[in-house]
Amino acid sequence: MKYCPTCRGSCVKLSSSLASTLPPQTSRGRHLTRDFLWKNMAVYGPVVKIHPVVLASIADSYERRNEGATRVIGTILGTIDKHSVEITNCFSVPHNESEDEVAVDMEFAKNMYELHKKVSPSEAIVGWYATGFDITEHSVLIHEYYSREAQNPIHLTLDTTLQNGKMNVRAYVSAQMGVPGKTVGVMFTPLTVKHIYYDTERIGIDLLHTTCASPSRTNGLTSDLAQVGTSAARVQDMLTTVLAYIEDVLSGKVIADNSVGRCLMDLLNKVPFIPAEDFESMLNSNINDLLMVTYLTNLAQAQISLNEKLVVL
Amino acid sequence: MASRKESGVSSSNTLDSPVKQIQIEGLVVLKIIKHYQEEGQGSEVVQGVLLGLVVEDRLEITNCFPFPQHTEEDADFDEVQYQMEMMRSLRHVNIDHLHVGWYQSTFYGSFVSRALLDSQFSYQHAIEESVVLIYDPIKTAQGSLSLKAYRLTPKLMEICKEKDFSAEGLKKAAVGYENMFEEVPIVIKNSHLISVLLWELEEKSTVPSKHELLSLSSSSSHLEKSLQMLMDRVDDMSQDIVKFNTFSRNTSKQQQQKHQYIQRRQQENTQRQSRGEPPLPEEDISKMFKPPQPPPRMDTLLIAGGLSVVLDKHLIQCDFRTLLIRRYCWFVPE
Repeated sequence: MKYCPTCRGSCVKLSSSLASTLPPQTSRGRHLTRDFLWKNMAVYGPVVKIHPVVLASIADSYERRNEGATRVIGTILGTIDKHSVEITNCFSVPHNESEDEVAVDMEFAKNMYELHKKVSPSEAIVGWYATGFDITEHSVLIHEYYSREAQNPIHLTLDTTLQNGKMNVRAYVSAQMGVPGKTVGVMFTPLTVKHIYYDTERIGIDLLHTTCASPSRTNGLTSDLAQVGTSAARVQDMLTTVLAYIEDVLSGKVIADNSVGRCLMDLLNKVPFIPAEDFESMLNSNINDLLMVTYLTNLAQAQISLNEKLVVL
Repeated sequence: MASRKESGVSSSNTLDSPVKQIQIEGLVVLKIIKHYQEEGQGSEVVQGVLLGLVVEDRLEITNCFPFPQHTEEDADFDEVQYQMEMMRSLRHVNIDHLHVGWYQSTFYGSFVSRALLDSQFSYQHAIEESVVLIYDPIKTAQGSLSLKAYRLTPKLMEICKEKDFSAEGLKKAAVGYENMFEEVPIVIKNSHLISVLLWELEEKSTVPSKHELLSLSSSSSHLEKSLQMLMDRVDDMSQDIVKFNTFSRNTSKQQQQKHQYIQRRQQENTQRQSRGEPPLPEEDISKMFKPPQPPPRMDTLLIAGGLSVVLDKHLIQCDFRTLLIRRYCWFVPE
C-alpha cells in the first residue's frame, strides 16, 4: 500500500497489484484523490437536489445540539421524481448516542412529520440526515429504521466539523453487499448532489451572502438604489473580466477556446439592433408613463391627508 | 423629485416602543421564502409564527414555522393545538419556543385589513414586543428582498383596547392614518457556521445570480397590477368618503328638522296658553328623530392607511425606475 507523496496522504489506498509506487493517473495526469473520486465515481441512483433552506436548518440544529452530543440527526422531507429526489424541508429528531447503543425518539419523529404534513401535504419522508464526517455503525441501524418509513431512503451528511476545511454535503443510498446467504452487509453508495434554488431563494441567498463580508456578520436590508448600485457593479466586474480575457487572446497570451468564443457571439447578438431615435423615443415614453404614475400617487397622497384633516374637524 | 414623506408609517427615529431593532437569522428568511413559494401560489396569503427572544431593545428572531392554510374541510382543525404541539416539539430540540410575532405574505401591498389589525393587537396585547413581518414575494422576485416589520403604535393600541372606534374616540386619541403602524428596522445576522455554508454554496452554485433589478421593462405586469390595486383602493376610499358626506348631510338636515319642530311646538304652546288650554306634553324629541348611524371610522382609517402604504411603495418604485432609465439614457447616443 503506497501513498502519493504529492497529495499528502489523501489519495485512495490501492493494493500493490493494481499500481506501482504511485497511484494511477487519469488520462489528464491528475492523481486519484478521494475528492476526485467523489466527483467522478459512477453513480447508481437518483440525483439529489437540495434547497439551501435544508442545509441552513441542519447547521442551525447542529449549533443547538445538547451538551455532549457530537452530532445531530433528523428527517428530511421532499418529493421523489423518476430520476431525482428534491429535498425541500427537514426537522431534527432528538437522539442519544453512546459507544454501544443508539436511541432515537421515534414518536417525536412521527409527530413532527404529521404536523409538517398539515402545512405541506405533498412532502414525504425521503430519508434522514446526520452531521459529521463519516458514516458510523450506528448510522446503519438508523438507516434501517428509516427504510421502514420510506422506500430506499437517502442518507445525507453535512460535514459541520469542517474536515478538509470544507463543509461537504454528501448523499448516500444503501445497497446490499457481501455473499448472499452468508455474511451480508450494507454499503452506502454515494450520489450526486446538486443545489437548486427558486428564483426568490437565489435573491435571498445573495442578500444573506453580503452578511459574510461585514465583520459583525450583520447587514441591514438595503434600499432599492443601493441594490441597483451593487448589481450594476457586479455586471461591470463581469464585463471587465471578459474584456481582459479577450485582450489576452488577441495578444496571444491565452489560447482561444471555441466554446467561449461562441458564448461571446451569443452575448453580442443578444443586444437588439434598434436605430438610436427609436430607442430614445421608447425610453422617453417609458419615462413619461412613470412620471404620470408619480404624479398620480402624489395626488392621491395629498387627497388622503386632506380628507383626514376634514373628517377630524 | 418632490420630497417624500413617509406617510402611513412613522419613521423609526421617533420610536419610543420597547423594540428598536429586529435581528433576523438567515434561516428564517429562507423558510419564509420557501413557504410562500411552495404553498402560496393559489391563495393570497400564507402565515406563520415567529420564534425568538428579546435581548435589551432588540428582538431576535431565530426560527419560524408555517401555519397550514385554512380550508373548509378542516372544520375540526385546531389551530391552537397545532401551535402548542409544534412549540413543544421544537423545545425538545432546543429551538427557542418563545412566541414573538407572526409573518404574513402580501399581494401587492394590500395587507392592511381588519384581520391584520385584530391579530396584531391580540399579539401585542399578550406579548409587548411582538411584530408582524410582511413579506412581499412579487417585489422580491423583482430583485430586492422585501421584508418589513410593523407594530401598532401605542395610541392605536389604546383605541383597540377600548374598542371605541367612533369618530370622537379617534379624535380624542389623535390617531391619523399616519400613526397606525410603525416600521421597525431589520438587520440580518448569521452565525459563523451559516457563513461557512453560504461561502460553500456560492462556490458550488450553478445558477447565476439574478439581475432582475436591472431589467428596464416596466411592461412586466407589475406596474400595471400595482396601479390596478391602487385604483381599487382609491375606489374604496371614495365610497367611504361619499358615505361620510351623506352622513354629515343627514345629520345637519336632521338638526334643522329638530329645530323647526321645537319652534313649532313652542309656538303652539304659546298659542294654547293664550287660549287657556293645557300645553301639549313635551315629547321625547330624541325618540322622534333618531340620529343616523355614523359610519364606522375604523374602516376608513384602515383603507387610508393601506392606501398610503401602497402609494409609498409605488412612489419609491417609480422614482427608482425613472432614475434607472435616466442613467441608461446617457449610454444611448454612443
